[in-house]
Amino acid sequence: MPHKKSKWIVLIGALAALAAASAPAQMLINGAGATFPQQIYTKWFDEYQKVDPSVRFNYQGIGSGGGQKQILAETVDFGASDGPMSDDNLAKAPRALWHIPTVAGAVAVSYNLEGNPQLNLDGPALAQIFLGTITKWNDPAIAALNDGVKLPAEDIVVVHRSDGSGTSFIFTDYLSSVSPAWKQKVGKGVSVSWPVGLGGKGNAGVAGQVKQTPGAIGYVELAYAHQNMLPFANMKNAAGKFITPSVDSVTAALASANIPDDFRFSMVNAPGEGAYPIAGTTWLLVYAEQKDHAKGEKLVQFLKWAYSDGEKFAAGLDYAPLPEALQKRALEKVASIKY
Amino acid sequence: MLPARSSRVPDIAFKWVAAFAAGMIVVLIVLVGWELYWGSRLSLRQFGFGFLWSSEWDPVQDKYGALPFIFGTLVSSLLALLLAVPLGVATALFLTELAPARLRQPIVMAIEMLAAVPSVIFGLWGIFVLIPWLRDHLFVWLKHYLGFLPLFQGPIYGVSMLAAGIIIAIMILPIVTSISREILRSVPNLQREAAYALGATRWEVLRIAVLSYARRGLFGAAVLGLGRALGETMAVTMVIGNRPQIAASLFAPGYTLASVIANEFAEATTDLYLNSLFELGLVLLAVTILVNIAAQVMLKSMTGTGPIRVT
Repeated sequence: MPHKKSKWIVLIGALAALAAASAPAQMLINGAGATFPQQIYTKWFDEYQKVDPSVRFNYQGIGSGGGQKQILAETVDFGASDGPMSDDNLAKAPRALWHIPTVAGAVAVSYNLEGNPQLNLDGPALAQIFLGTITKWNDPAIAALNDGVKLPAEDIVVVHRSDGSGTSFIFTDYLSSVSPAWKQKVGKGVSVSWPVGLGGKGNAGVAGQVKQTPGAIGYVELAYAHQNMLPFANMKNAAGKFITPSVDSVTAALASANIPDDFRFSMVNAPGEGAYPIAGTTWLLVYAEQKDHAKGEKLVQFLKWAYSDGEKFAAGLDYAPLPEALQKRALEKVASIKY
Repeated sequence: MLPARSSRVPDIAFKWVAAFAAGMIVVLIVLVGWELYWGSRLSLRQFGFGFLWSSEWDPVQDKYGALPFIFGTLVSSLLALLLAVPLGVATALFLTELAPARLRQPIVMAIEMLAAVPSVIFGLWGIFVLIPWLRDHLFVWLKHYLGFLPLFQGPIYGVSMLAAGIIIAIMILPIVTSISREILRSVPNLQREAAYALGATRWEVLRIAVLSYARRGLFGAAVLGLGRALGETMAVTMVIGNRPQIAASLFAPGYTLASVIANEFAEATTDLYLNSLFELGLVLLAVTILVNIAAQVMLKSMTGTGPIRVT
């Protein structure tokens, strides 16, 4: 059947043309990991496309655990994690694997109380609430921090994340640093054995449950508290001041945190006057020596752009940019990546 | 007439293709089981059988146990069956025996549409519509009138084992209903006519001639529904409260095997942690297989003349 044959020829021709059109190949750099910074990374890749159209980034927010695994197995060109890698996991790397902080974020403590009063809380009270030793909103420990606020004799319903998450890591890291009882009984981690409370899936799940349940208290990324119009508490920091979570108060915390050279640090309960205490940073995981010269070069160029130009996009997305001194240190580290 | 030789080739080819397809299913199950076993060998060695009856799930201390999750999976699924089977069978009865012909098609379509709604939609609906209603009305009512039972005591959060059971029940309702309908439709008319001839009322006909005849098939429909219920993940995660505990009260939050895997897999970093999550998958597979075997055994021991075997 000649007619049928000609159809085939047209189809094959079309496919060949398609293949030819996409031939001047863009370089593709793959990354995977943390979900918390996904928004800012996506924004960066988008903007960077305009700076250097010859390279395209593909980032999959599969979670920090997955990001660590994939960069260790070298199935991606860079990984991303919300928590620093453990020494055990880092030892599995085939060669030096570096942590490079990109942005930081605050974890807001939200609640659902009649009339949405502005609450002040401190670390020990928060730890006791999440340990289940404070069970009523009008507990003296809470009342002492909130002069003039009428607290109801209502049961506190604790809500936490049910899925493993960097947000939980930051929150439990903070509680461990302010409460010996918490440190001993529960500890810190992306998932922990919660003494009390309900688990909500994702920031949306926790925000939804806090919003729905009278007397609830929970922790969410700052952006979610904003989007859901949830009230959030001012937290007493290490300097004794009550601080509202915000981009500025997180950058202030970063500026006062003690940051070692390998960048694996915790910034909870930072000493600065204006530092918000429940905050954490997120890292890219890159090998100090890149295997693929061309890709390594492009990756380093991108990272240099990210620290010089990219950081200014952070605040608009509720992420805290790194303070200048830290940006400089990160840039130096990036510049020393070999490819 | 077709030549004799060539007609045999498609026959033999078809036989092998069909045998291959059937064999692949067995291979697939074995491979899944093997893969889960291999992925969980660290925790199998570390915890042994203690994994099954330990209630501790603490990623910080690297200690893991499956009991609360097994409990949650079984209880939420059974609750769902308790709600969905009577409702599904009654709907099927109405559709095959009682409903006027012009009502049938719209109802059948509505049921099929229910089956097409994605899990996450049920979950969202659960959080924003069902849970507040349960918390403010049904649960309060249950606590008031049935509060003397341990099942309906304790604080009411809304998210709970019972909420999960209700959501799963809604989700397995379509499969239970449509299979029940097929079963009831296949009951020979002779049965009904014989009962009417003996002077039975309509209810007696349904009970004696239809339901008792179709008993085995209806049981099979319930088992298929149970299979679905055991593995339901997304919607359950959103309404069950995700708390690994064993509580008598249905108002208390719980946790299921499928939910904890979905929740914690992405961020699991230590090897033992990941292995334990794999082992939960292995346990879920085992629970599903055991429940199905139990159902087969019960089915065999059931008397009844019904011709239908679904499972």
